[in-house]
Amino acid sequence: MKGDYLILLLLALVAFILPLILPGDYYVEVFLFMGINVLVALGLSLLMGYAGQISLGHAGFYGLGAYISGALTAHLGWPVPLAATVAILATALVAAAVGWPTLRLKGHYLAMATLGLGIILYILFVQLRGVTGGASGLSGIQPVHVGHYYLDTPRRYCYLVWSLVVLAFFFSINLVRSRTGLALKALHYSEVAAATLGIDVARYKLQVFVFSCVLAALGGVLYAHYITFISPETFGFMYSIKLVVMIVLGGMYSLWGALLGGAFLSLLPEVLHRLEDMEVVVHGLILLLVLIFLPGGLVGLIQKIGERIRGSS
Amino acid sequence: MAQLIQYIFAGLTMGVIYALTGVGFNLIYNATGVINFAQGEFVMLGAMFLYTLQEVLQWPPLLSLLLVFLLGGVVGVVFEYTVVKPLVRLGVITVIIGTIGASVVLKGGAMLVWGKNALAVEPLISEKPMAFLGASLNTQVLVVLAVTALAVAVFWYFFGFTILGKAIQACSVNPLAARLTGIPVERMITLSFFLSGAFSALAGGLIAPITLAEYDMGTMLALKGFCAAIIGGLGNNPGAMIGGLLLGVMEGLSAGYLSSGYKDALAFLVLILVLFWRPEGLITRGKGERV
Repeated sequence: MKGDYLILLLLALVAFILPLILPGDYYVEVFLFMGINVLVALGLSLLMGYAGQISLGHAGFYGLGAYISGALTAHLGWPVPLAATVAILATALVAAAVGWPTLRLKGHYLAMATLGLGIILYILFVQLRGVTGGASGLSGIQPVHVGHYYLDTPRRYCYLVWSLVVLAFFFSINLVRSRTGLALKALHYSEVAAATLGIDVARYKLQVFVFSCVLAALGGVLYAHYITFISPETFGFMYSIKLVVMIVLGGMYSLWGALLGGAFLSLLPEVLHRLEDMEVVVHGLILLLVLIFLPGGLVGLIQKIGERIRGSS
Repeated sequence: MAQLIQYIFAGLTMGVIYALTGVGFNLIYNATGVINFAQGEFVMLGAMFLYTLQEVLQWPPLLSLLLVFLLGGVVGVVFEYTVVKPLVRLGVITVIIGTIGASVVLKGGAMLVWGKNALAVEPLISEKPMAFLGASLNTQVLVVLAVTALAVAVFWYFFGFTILGKAIQACSVNPLAARLTGIPVERMITLSFFLSGAFSALAGGLIAPITLAEYDMGTMLALKGFCAAIIGGLGNNPGAMIGGLLLGVMEGLSAGYLSSGYKDALAFLVLILVLFWRPEGLITRGKGERV
C-alpha cells in the first residue's frame, strides 16, 4: 500500500531528527536500543503475522549474531563487516537446519523446537568459555568504523541502527507485497487450498523464518559492536518472551505492530525501573490481557479509533 | 554392570516424569488441538504444592501427594477457564501465545510466592539407599516408579474400560459425532484439562524430593515431556509413556558415559531428529489426514 511507504518516510524523518533534539546521550542511547529491539521484533512479526508460526528462540539467534561477530573481531581481529556477514550467514544456516524439518509439518512444532534451541544456545554461550568468555562475558569486541571515522558515540551509532531499521522495513513491506507475501496470505485462508494451487507451503514459511532470524542476527551484531562487551543473560529465554510480547502488544497482523510494540517495551523499563523481579510477571500479564481484550494490539486500536472518527464526522 | 544399572534406573526415574508430562501435553492437545506451553509450570506447581503441604504444613506425605494431584487438576481447570476459553475463538495460534503468557505469569508468580532458592522436600520413605544387583538405589526412585505404575494402571482402566474415559476419547476422535451421540463435549474438555493438570502436578510432586523444587524447573521438564509425546506420536498416550522412558534412559546413559553437561541438549536433538524422520512418532503407524 502507498500508506506503508508514507509511514516509512515519516519514520525515517523522525529517526533522523530525534537524535539531534534529544537532550543528552542517555536518551539517544535509549532510542538506539529501541531501534535494535524494533529490528529484531520486525523479523518475528513477519514470522508470526504472515507465516502464522511462533519462535521462542529468537533471543538465541540474536545472541548467535552477537557472539559470532563479536568473537571473530575480539579473538581473531577480523574486520567488522566481514565478521558481521559471517555471523549473519551462520545464523541463517542454523535457522534453516531447525526450520526445515519442523516447518514441513502442519501445526506448531517450530515453537517447541526453537524453545529448545534457544535454551541450548544459552547453555553454549555459558559453557564454551574459550570462545564466549562464559558467564563473565566476552570483552574486546571491535567498534564499527569506516577508515578513521569511528561510530562510537551514541548519536553516530544511532544513525547506523535506524538506517538499517528503515531499510529492513522497506524490504519487509516489499516482501509482504511480493509473491512470497501473497502466497503466505493465501495460506492464512486455507493451507490445503494454497497447496493445491501449487504453492510450496513449507518453502515460503522457511524463507520467512530464515529472514526473520537474519534480522535477529543483524540486531545482535549491532548490539555487540556498540556495547563491545556481551554476556549470556542478554540472550536468555526472557528476551525471547519479551519479543513475543512486543509483537502481540503492537499488533500481530501489521508490520507496524513491531514498531509500536518494540518502542513501548523499550520505554517501559525507563518508566518502571523499580520493577525488577516483577518485570517478568508484567510481561506475561500484558501478553494475556492484550490477547483477551485487544486482539489487534495497538495497531488494531489505532485503526478502530480512526474508523470511529471517520464514522462520526 | 552395577554402574549400568545405576544409570538405567536414574534414567527410568526421570523417564516416568517425562512420560507423565508428555501425557499431560497429549490430554490438552487431544481436547483442543493446542500445544500447551504452560505444561511445565503445572509440573513446577506440583513440586511447590508438595513442599507447602508436606514441609510447611507438615501433613502426611501420602495425603499431600494425593492433594497435589487434585490441586493440579484444579489448576488445569482454572487454566482452561481463564486462558484457553477466552481465546479459543481467535484461533489456535492465539491460544498458544496465551499459554506462553500464562506460563510466564505462573513462573514469575511462583518466584514471588516461593522465592528463588531451590526447596528441599523429604522423600516419601526416608530409608537408606537399597542395594540392587550391586547398584545402590535411592528409595525415592522406587516410590516414583511404583506410584507412576499405579497412575498408569488407573489411567489405562479409566480410558479403556469406563464410559467416561471412552467419552473423552470419542471427543478427541470426532467432537461433532461425539456431540451427536449425546456426549457433553464441553464437560469432557474440562475433564481433560483436569487430568492434564493433575498428572503433571503428580509428576512434579514425585520428582521434588530428587531434584528439589525450584520456580524455574518447568521449562526444561516441559521440553522433555513434549519430546516424549513426539517420540510416541503427539496425542498417543501409551506412546508418550514409552517415549518418556526411552528419552529418560537415553539421557541417563549419555550423562553417565558421555558428558552430563550436555545431557539437556540430547532431548532437543532427539526432538529434531524424530520430527525430521518420523513426525508421526516412532511408535504409531503413520496415517493420512483428512482435509
